[in-house]
This record gives sequence, structure tokens and C-alpha cells, in this order.
Amino acid sequence: MTEALKQDERLNGQRDVLDEGVLPEALLPEEVADKEVERRTVEIDSHALNFGPQHPSAHGVLRLVLEMEGEVVARAVPHIGLLHRGTEKLIEYKTYPKALPYFDRLDYASPMCEEHAFALATEKLLGIQAPDRARWIRVIFAEITRILNHILNLTAMGLDCGAVTPALWGYEEREKLLEFHEAVSGARFHANYFRPGGVARDMPAGMEEKIAAWAEEFPNWIDDLEGLLTENRIWKQRTVGIGVFTSEQALAWGWSGPCLRGSGVPWDLRRSQPYDNYDKVDFEIPVARHGDCYDRYLVRVAEMRESVKIIKQGLAQIKPGPIKVQDPKFSPPPRAEMKRSMEALIHHFKLFTESYHVPPGATYTAVETPKGEFGVYLVADGTNRPYRCKIRPTGFAHLQAIDELSRRGMLADAVAIIGSLDLVFGEVDR
Amino acid sequence: MADFFFHTLAGQLILMLLETLAVLVPLLIGVAYLTLMERKVMAAMQMRRGPNVNGIFGLLQAFADAIKMITKETIIPTGANRFLFLFAPFLTFSLAMTAWAVIPTGNGLAVANINVGILYLLAISSLGVYGMLIAGWASNSKYAFLGSLRSAAQMVSYEVSIGLVIVSVLLAVGSLNLNDIVLAQRHVWFCVPMFPIFILFFISALAETNRAPFDLPEGESELVAGFFVEYSSLSFGLFFLGEYANMILMSAMVSILFLGGWLPPLGIAPLTWIPGPLWLIAKILFCLFVFIWTRATFPRFRYDQLMRLGWKVFLPFSLLWMIATAGFLLATGLLPQGVS
Repeated sequence: MTEALKQDERLNGQRDVLDEGVLPEALLPEEVADKEVERRTVEIDSHALNFGPQHPSAHGVLRLVLEMEGEVVARAVPHIGLLHRGTEKLIEYKTYPKALPYFDRLDYASPMCEEHAFALATEKLLGIQAPDRARWIRVIFAEITRILNHILNLTAMGLDCGAVTPALWGYEEREKLLEFHEAVSGARFHANYFRPGGVARDMPAGMEEKIAAWAEEFPNWIDDLEGLLTENRIWKQRTVGIGVFTSEQALAWGWSGPCLRGSGVPWDLRRSQPYDNYDKVDFEIPVARHGDCYDRYLVRVAEMRESVKIIKQGLAQIKPGPIKVQDPKFSPPPRAEMKRSMEALIHHFKLFTESYHVPPGATYTAVETPKGEFGVYLVADGTNRPYRCKIRPTGFAHLQAIDELSRRGMLADAVAIIGSLDLVFGEVDR
Repeated sequence: MADFFFHTLAGQLILMLLETLAVLVPLLIGVAYLTLMERKVMAAMQMRRGPNVNGIFGLLQAFADAIKMITKETIIPTGANRFLFLFAPFLTFSLAMTAWAVIPTGNGLAVANINVGILYLLAISSLGVYGMLIAGWASNSKYAFLGSLRSAAQMVSYEVSIGLVIVSVLLAVGSLNLNDIVLAQRHVWFCVPMFPIFILFFISALAETNRAPFDLPEGESELVAGFFVEYSSLSFGLFFLGEYANMILMSAMVSILFLGGWLPPLGIAPLTWIPGPLWLIAKILFCLFVFIWTRATFPRFRYDQLMRLGWKVFLPFSLLWMIATAGFLLATGLLPQGVS
């Protein structure tokens, strides 16, 4: 007997009550149910399929042990932790500004939104508020990041269902957005751009026009994407009615973001507890009713259009001004100033070695990342380092529902469901 | 000299060998360039360049791939049945080549111009499923096994509707000889009066060759690579060649059954100057382009949806069409009597 078969037996031994039920009376053919014939129970063994972590649709490092009955999934057990890096613990040993880049590496598909949560949490503890221009820049770039994330997710979901082309179209569009990231922060992914008290540096000259020009073009791309997928019969067959989650279930399982809105709950932190300048923009919150993969797809597509609206409004309302708190205790002085002023030099030195001390307190600050509610629970003890930093990932809550969603579905459904949940393991595993 | 070739056994064998080579060598080159065509066409549809480093327009890419594939190590997984594991790709490849014996590239221009050509093609393409089944079973891997089960079910179900479509065509022709089937289309190609089943046949051809949107046996996002997930090097290459040769074969079948084979669209002067084989190649290329186009456009079916489409839509429709064709031909007295 091979090793693989032995492992099977181990897994089969652990089967829960789900599989042990005999065929109910109603499902038996009539003549069998009526006559008192000798009933023979044939037990067909399920087999375990190791789905990932090296599987092309495992979205990173998901390891899913699927208990299969032929092509039907009897149980899906997600195994996490393959990308665990101890982020929360590491943050406890870093000063606040140095802890920030860790957030880029959590959900690497939407880095700036994660930074946003930590920057806002620190600002709240410090009792400072970023200047108006910085808040607008954050809103604009948070929405750019949202589009970045949704493009990746929607096209990857298409890829999971066998549609190759959207993914490659998406790359081109993402490239344009990543260039915006690069222009403002110097990095394409790990931006380290949103800082407590503002943003790292101002947008380069001409950036606003470039973003505005792109925002005019982008809806055409969304139309192209929808042309390939939305009304495609195969796409609908693959997603409509697959992985249905009711709004009660979604709330009970702690869902948030597009997945929750896809199940019919109009809940968006940008609207319910606006942060930065989200209260000054006018946008809609798309909600779908059925809670299946198709609705989650539609909600994301609609959200991209809303994001474009927000970006346009942000560009219309943004005014020149400071981009970080004008307090040398919290934001480094300009380079030139440092060369002339002794005081500025001292501030610079202190800020980059010891950093600022945060007064004791605790905050749970959450933002609406593309994937849902991403929260940071930050406890400060008056030193320059957080006492505790608990991160509330969005994907974790979605991932735990995989068993519920894909049970009794086909293998291909499980793949579509994973795609529709928008999982990124940097964030789930932390 | 002619005496030697036509009247001695050795001469006939040599002649046969040359004929075979004349089909197989262009076919293999065609397969090599089909991979390049697929990559280039899909690249154009996906707004990228495709291979463009090796040779101009990436023309040497096919050879670079071949050399790479041949020089890789053949990995045989532990627990695999060694003989069957290596036999399966060989079977798939040789079957894909064998089928070409009966394809006429011009009037009477086939290696074997036999009277049951279409039956021969059906038989060979049905055997093709064995290669996949054996490969999936011999690999001792669950992904490969699932892939081979899917492919077996898929090919069997779509062969039924392919068979019925072919019967409809045969009713109109009155012969099983591929040469006669083409000649029967001198006045009008069968794709005109039989347009619905032409489409149906094309879709079934996609399913038969495991192409998107029916590429379930190798569904990348579900089964990684399906039945050939454990294969590497030349054993993988043989599957690959076989699969692409099958694609060309099915395109040739579509061309012969519905697009008038080597015949030009109209029997008028400038079109008839172009030799028949070129017309056939042009039609095959068109079909292959549609194959690739489909792949770049559609998502993949789910297993049960594919089965439902095959048995509940295609089968009744093709059956109905066959009966309607027979009825129409009988009623109008157009039913061909014997071999034309």
C-alpha cells in the first residue's frame, strides 16, 4: 500500500456524521420503498484530495483537503498558516512608523488600504488629524487600490472558471494603476505611503491630470470585461446559484465587504462610519440579493464603477496644501530645512531612531478594504512601540465558510467559490 | 522504374512509406506551428505580443520548445505502472497519426482511399480515449484519475452526437468514402443546407479534442493538468503532439464534411486555379482559428453541465435532424441510390 493510500484511510477514519447517513426513504425508487425487499447498503468510500498549496487555483498558499465522493465535495477542510510570518508579534518590537510597512505585506493585492487602517489607528491614539490634502490623497489612492484589487480578483476568478482572456486584459490596466503607485511612493506594491499624520510625500506634478485621464478611460475597460463575462451563458452557468450564502448566514459567519453586500446586507464602513474624506463624496453602495458567486462578481464590478466616481470627485475637490501634520514631533522636516536648522536635524534624528511616544490607550480602527472590514486593534502603553497590535483580517472570516459553501457542490464549484471569496493569504495567515 | 514501384512488393512498400511520410512530415510541422499560431493568435486577442524572441515573429519557438521538451528528464512517479505509463502517450500519438491515412487532400489524393473512410475515422477517434484512460490510471494520482474519468465520459457522450451528425451527412451523400463526400458538395457545401448541425458538429469537435470550453479533462484550475499531470519530457510531448494533431484532424473532418474539402467555394476560373490541397489547408486553418478564438473567449463548463449539454441537447437534436433529413430525402425522392 502506498503512502498516499494510507493517508486516505487516516482521513476517512475521521469522517463526521455527515457521511454516515443511509439513503433516506424518499430518495429510494418507489418499488423499493414499497415492497419489503431485502435492503443492501453499499458504502462508497470518499477519497481525500489535497487541493493546494501548489495548486494553480489555490490563490497563494491555501491547502484545502477535499473529501470527495467522485466529483462531489463531501467536506472541505481549509488548512492555513503556510504564510504565517508573525506580523502581529513583530509589530510589537517596532516603532509605529516602522510597523507600518508590515501592513503592505498583509494583503499584498491591496496594500495601501491596509496601511490606511494602521495610519488611522495611530492617528487616533496620537490625537492628530491629517491635513485636508493628505486625506484626499488617501481617499483617491485607497480607491485606486480598491480597483487594483478588484481587477485582480475578478480576472483571477475568471481564470479559475477557465476564462483566460480577462486576466491578461486586467494586467494591462493594473499596470497603469501600479504606475500611479510607483509615481507617488516609489514602489509598485509595498508602498509605505500612508503614514500616521498624512502621506509620505506629495503627488508629483501632473499626477492629478494623469489619474483624471485614466478615470475617463477606465469605465470602457469595465465594459469590455463585462462583455466577456457578465452575460456569458457559460459564465452564468458556472456562477449563478453556486456558493449561496444568505444574509443571516453571512452576518453570522462574520463576513464583510463585497461578499456581505453580495448576500444582501448594505454595509459599508465608508458610509456607516466615514473616515478621512469619505463623508464628502457621493457614491452608491452596490448590493445584490442572492448571495451566490455571480452576485459577488456583480457587486465587485459595480464597486469599480463607484470607485471611479469617488476618484473623480476627489480630484475635483483636492486643493494644494500640506500633506502631513505640520508638527515636527510626528512628521519629518523637509530635507532642506534639516541642512539649515539644528532643531530640524534633532527632530529628524529623534523621529527616525526613537520615534514618537504614543500616549496610553487602545483603539479598534477599521477601514473598508476592497475585501471587507479590515481592523486594527492597537494598544499603546505610552512607549514608542505598540503594546499589542491585533489585526482583524477580512479573508479569515470568508475562508472559514468554505466548507459550508462548497459542500455537496462539484470540484469545479469549489474552485469558483474560492475565486469569488477573494482570499489573499498574506492577510489570512498574517 | 514504374514497373518496380507498382508491380513488386518491395516497390509498393517503399511507395507506401513515401506516401506516409508525405502526410506525416507536413502534419508534424503543422502541429509545431499550430502551437505557435495558438500562442500568437491568443496573444493578439489578449493584447500582448506572444513569442517573439526566437527567430522573426518567434518562428523558431516551436523548435526551441521541442528541443527543451526532448532534453528534459522523464520522470516516472513511484507506484505508477511503468509499462502502461509510457505506453499511453505512445498510443495517443500513434492513433492521432494513423487517422490521417484516409484524409483526402485532393481528388483521390489520400494514402488510403477506402470505402469506409468515415467509419475508420470514427473508430480511430474512439480509440483515442484509451490513451487518456490508461494514462490517468497508470499515473497513480488522484488528479490524473479524475481527469481520465472525465475525458472518458466526455468523449463517449460527444461521439454519439458526432456519429449522428455524420449519419445525416452520409444520408445525403450515399457513400462512406470521404472522397465521395467531398465530391457530393460540388454544387453546394453541406454547411449551407445543414447549418445547425454544422455548428453542432463543430462544438462536438471541440469537446472531442478536449479544447476550451470543454477542456475539463485537463482543466487547469481544477485538475492542474488532468490526465497528464504526472508526465514530463517526451512522454508529455507525445500527448501534446497527439492532442494538437487531433485538433488538426477534427478541423480536417469539419472541412471535409461541411466545407467542401479541397473544393473551392465557387467552381469558377480564378478560384479553380488554386490547387485543391491549398484550399483544404486554408479551410483547416480557418477551423483552427475558430478553435483558438473559442479558447480565448469562453469560460470552462462544469462536468455535469457538459454532460447535460451532450445528452440532453445535442443528442436529441442531432437525432431529430437525422430523421428529418431522411424524411426530407425520401419525400422528395432525392435519396441517393448506391455509390455515386
